[in-house]
Amino acid sequence: MNRIVNQPRGPTTQGRTFSEEVIAQTPGDDPRLSMCLQCGTCGGSCPSGADMDYSPRELFAMIDADMRGEVLSSNTPWYCVSCYYCMVRCPQDIHITDIMYTLKRMAIQEGFSQESNAKDAPDFSETFIDFVENYGRSFELGLATLYHLRHHPMNAMRMATGMGFDLFRRGRMNLLPTRIDNIDQLQAILAEAKAIGGNGDANL
Amino acid sequence: MQTYSYYPGCALERNAAVYHDSLMAVAESLDLTFTEVEDWNCCGATEYITIDLIPAYALVGRNLALAAEQNCNGRSLVAPCSACFLNLKKTDHYLAQSPELNRQVNQALAAGGLHYDPGSVHVKHLLEIVAEDVGFEKVARAVKRPLYGLKVAPYYGCLIVRPAFDGTFDDAEQPSSLDVLMRTIGAEVVDFPAKAQCCGGHMTQISEEVALHLIHQLLKNAVDHGADVIAAICPMCQLNLDAYQDAVNKHYGTDFHIPILYFTQLLGLAFGFGEATMGIGQELVDARPALANIQSKPLKPPRRKRPSKKELPMPPKLQEV
Amino acid sequence: MMPQERIGVYICHCGSNIAGTVDVEELSSWAGEALRHRGVVVARDYKFMCSSLGQDLIAKDIKEDKLTRVVVAACSPHLHEATFRKACADAGLNPYLCELVSIREQVSWVHTDKVAATAKAKAVISGGVERVIHHEPLEPMSVPINPATLVVGGGIAGIQAAMEIADSGFHVYLVEREPSIGGHMAQFDKTFPTLDCAACILTPKMVSIGSHPHVTLLTYSEVEQVDGYVGNFSVRVRKKASYVNHDVCTGCSICEEKCPKKVVDSVFEAGLGYRKAIYRPFPQAVPKYPVIDAENCIYFDTGKCKACEIHCEAGAIDFEQEDQIIELNVGNIILATGYDLFDARRETQYGYGRLANVFTSLEFERLTNAAGPTNGEIVLRDGETKPKAVGIIHCVGSRDRKFNNYCSVICCMQSLKFAHLVKERTGAEVYNFYIDMRTAYKEYDEFYQRVLSEGVHFIRGRVAEVTDVSNTPEEEERLVIQTEDTRMGKQRRIPVDMVILSAALEPRHDSDEIAHMFGISCSVNGWFIEKHPKLDPVATMTEGIFIAGCAQGPKDIPSTVTQGAAAAARVLGRIQQKELALEPIRAEVTEALCSGCRICNNLCPYHAITFDEAKEVSVINAALCQGCGTCVAACPSNAISGTQFSNEQVMAQLEGLLMLNMAEPVLA
Repeated sequence: MNRIVNQPRGPTTQGRTFSEEVIAQTPGDDPRLSMCLQCGTCGGSCPSGADMDYSPRELFAMIDADMRGEVLSSNTPWYCVSCYYCMVRCPQDIHITDIMYTLKRMAIQEGFSQESNAKDAPDFSETFIDFVENYGRSFELGLATLYHLRHHPMNAMRMATGMGFDLFRRGRMNLLPTRIDNIDQLQAILAEAKAIGGNGDANL
Repeated sequence: MQTYSYYPGCALERNAAVYHDSLMAVAESLDLTFTEVEDWNCCGATEYITIDLIPAYALVGRNLALAAEQNCNGRSLVAPCSACFLNLKKTDHYLAQSPELNRQVNQALAAGGLHYDPGSVHVKHLLEIVAEDVGFEKVARAVKRPLYGLKVAPYYGCLIVRPAFDGTFDDAEQPSSLDVLMRTIGAEVVDFPAKAQCCGGHMTQISEEVALHLIHQLLKNAVDHGADVIAAICPMCQLNLDAYQDAVNKHYGTDFHIPILYFTQLLGLAFGFGEATMGIGQELVDARPALANIQSKPLKPPRRKRPSKKELPMPPKLQEV
Repeated sequence: MMPQERIGVYICHCGSNIAGTVDVEELSSWAGEALRHRGVVVARDYKFMCSSLGQDLIAKDIKEDKLTRVVVAACSPHLHEATFRKACADAGLNPYLCELVSIREQVSWVHTDKVAATAKAKAVISGGVERVIHHEPLEPMSVPINPATLVVGGGIAGIQAAMEIADSGFHVYLVEREPSIGGHMAQFDKTFPTLDCAACILTPKMVSIGSHPHVTLLTYSEVEQVDGYVGNFSVRVRKKASYVNHDVCTGCSICEEKCPKKVVDSVFEAGLGYRKAIYRPFPQAVPKYPVIDAENCIYFDTGKCKACEIHCEAGAIDFEQEDQIIELNVGNIILATGYDLFDARRETQYGYGRLANVFTSLEFERLTNAAGPTNGEIVLRDGETKPKAVGIIHCVGSRDRKFNNYCSVICCMQSLKFAHLVKERTGAEVYNFYIDMRTAYKEYDEFYQRVLSEGVHFIRGRVAEVTDVSNTPEEEERLVIQTEDTRMGKQRRIPVDMVILSAALEPRHDSDEIAHMFGISCSVNGWFIEKHPKLDPVATMTEGIFIAGCAQGPKDIPSTVTQGAAAAARVLGRIQQKELALEPIRAEVTEALCSGCRICNNLCPYHAITFDEAKEVSVINAALCQGCGTCVAACPSNAISGTQFSNEQVMAQLEGLLMLNMAEPVLA
């Protein structure tokens, strides 16, 4: 039976509903998640919408129904390309893209991020930020190498000899990462930021 | 002479070095000087914010704090890359809106001896300052070799025009500032309705099929309307349309060979700089055949079709930017 | 020490509205004791003071206890001031010796702390008691009502209102800005849900008005200034020069035919068709006389042409004609100025103004109208191609925080009507895109059922964009509507040939100026504000000014006609009273104190203050004055006092609020 049963207020912080939690972890004045009319403008505007498990609109309905597991294990937030079409067109001014980022963070923190067909995506972001945290700058060659070797080894070979090589030939690829001078300062800031963030619940 | 704090971003270091180099070359003609933010760090692109909220905002916050200290020209900070631009602008905007976020981020910055008051820095995109602060008239005066006969499709991408914080620069759906700029340097601007559609961003790494669909849509629309070259304002867009054009051709059985150049490269060519100086050749899809279309005299405008007696009138257009 | 008044204090429970938060029994026993030394001889509390039984309590005490003042602590005076004044008057006490203090809107409804709320209520009652001591018995003044009426706006609302008043035998001046009456309804082809031809049901009313013995029709005219007050308005109207002499013009239209200057008609044809520089907006125009649009006329521009004059057999063209200023005296005014359409160019993703075959609702009405630019043929903007697929988009510019955050009421029905007409006349595939289907009134949902049965596709999904970017061969050279079909949760791209945007109804873009001129207000969304949204939708806060039709808010034709008739009924009621009692709440200048500085003269929103040159003092016209108090506050010499708002009364109320009148000092 697929019937959805109302969840009791579970082990969420401070007895908040799933919806309230998502709002609390989204930056800005008020992401207006509760104002959704279910009009479908977001799903209709989304460049990757046709390939999402659920459109943003459906996801909001599911959040309202406390379907935490289904929401956080969908590929929807990972397929968001941050084009912001949904956000500028939403007639209720809902901060959809910002909410997608919140769902990505929650999916990782609660261990759902490997469930969908976008399970490589979190690792791409994590590999990216590893370089940023070590050097203060992103490092494309390192990122592409690690990511593709880990997830799409055949792709890695293809790209290395194709596009990767073309970019390198034209001087558009650094072989070594660049490090900023005050990397210590940046690392101190990030360490403090992680401690404050309290493992993801910014409680804004 | 207008001075701006300058945030190049990681891409302009190497992958999009031509964007930086061509900008520096044309800066004098535009009466602009740039002071790079000292020891800036990566803005986090669309990656950091995916993992952890406060560190992501603190990462950008460090750049804003450094720029504020530098205090150039009433604290205007210019970013040529649309993603960097949006991260800087969005961070400043949400810090101003949310006192709790501001408190937490500044607590993190304090661990590095820094502080940032939201609103201290005015973040702008490079195209924005060329269109508004420099102005089209000044650009026109700098033109020595108008790009007559070159058909340009002006490509904005997403993040320069969306989301529309605080009355955004240019229209979120059908912007026109780059169109006017390209016309100002003598190029023929083709109709390009996909001009603000998404290039896919990092989807090339997550789902190549989705990304190729979007890139194909853009290339096809430009080529359908007869463009010789696509003018870009963001390194991600340039990379996706340029480096993946081959993959699109293979996947869709198309035969696109349309080069993607930064708008600053086109400005430079129009200001009289040579192709080598403008970094022509760094693009994967060679721009030289397209640039050979440039004429020394303006082409005769095509004969306008006589409207039939039955045709119904169109409403007047709203003002362009 | 002056003889004390005998004051009765009555505290209402208002069910649990007040009693739920305020200890009403405590209040009444407190008032009877703590304020006895101030003159309170009886204090009662009762469940519903406004009920007959409640009012009887007051009446009985007035007679038996010989009360000279009454204080009722209950809801806002807006609601029951009249009730309690009448109750006092019936019992023989001058109604202006009764004071209402609000312990509901100002106490129980805005506080949750019972102790604090009760304490506040005491202060409020104490203030009321102190104030009422200084009240004077007042008599309302009567003003005669001029039986003539001004109706502004010649659309269906104005026409209905004018007709009802005129049919009752009283004179109406109907002022209309365009060359003909008819309004937006005259532009439509068919009307929902009956599919009546708009012109067929409208023109008989127009003709009737045009030839009515009790109607003075002032078309191509605008109101420029309004002075006066209910029963006695003086209105200045500018009748624009039409350069056509109505006394001799036969309406033959040769001038229109021969005029060489063609102009896009952006008003009646919604920009979809043309007219000449000399024109009648449409064939059934009332009155039938054409007007010359001087801005576009070759003669006025260059001095040449004069084709109209040359060909006019009746010699009706008069280039020397000037604007006429007409002064009218009326007793009541009805504003029925209608709406403007949302500018769909602002919603860039729908492509209106960029993509040729995207049309607005008004443009489409002209397309389907048999007298329109295509003689009723539904064709694309090239003027000849029939569409094979048509998309109709609901809610364009409505229900949208970026544009108008309200629902425009008629767009769903209008879109259904369009769907039906397209199906009937072209057999094309029709797709309607909606968020919700709003078909709430009589026969409306039945109409939806009918259109469903005609095979129209209804897609629940707000359109994301209308684009000419083609991805597949089927989309080449066509318009593509991209949306999420929320019925099955799938993104769809639907190629069509024509798109119709059901655009929002907006207030007239100069509604602020109109409101200001007539002394009424606009809501935050720009519509004229009614006296009460539920119980008094056609009156305004300004006596003598009524509103009707879409000027008050978007609505369909039946509701518009109803409001026009309602406004007329209100006016007729006033007219047959012959006299109107005005509230005696007004300001008065004490001549001896007035220094003649004239600061008050320009501050009065009702233009009630004039300057007596001989005496060099300002004078307030008691009939015009509405008692707003602006001049009272502004006078630097304290020379102006308001009856019912005198300085003594206000100061006394303050002292009462601060409980300075208590026998023992009250600790804060």
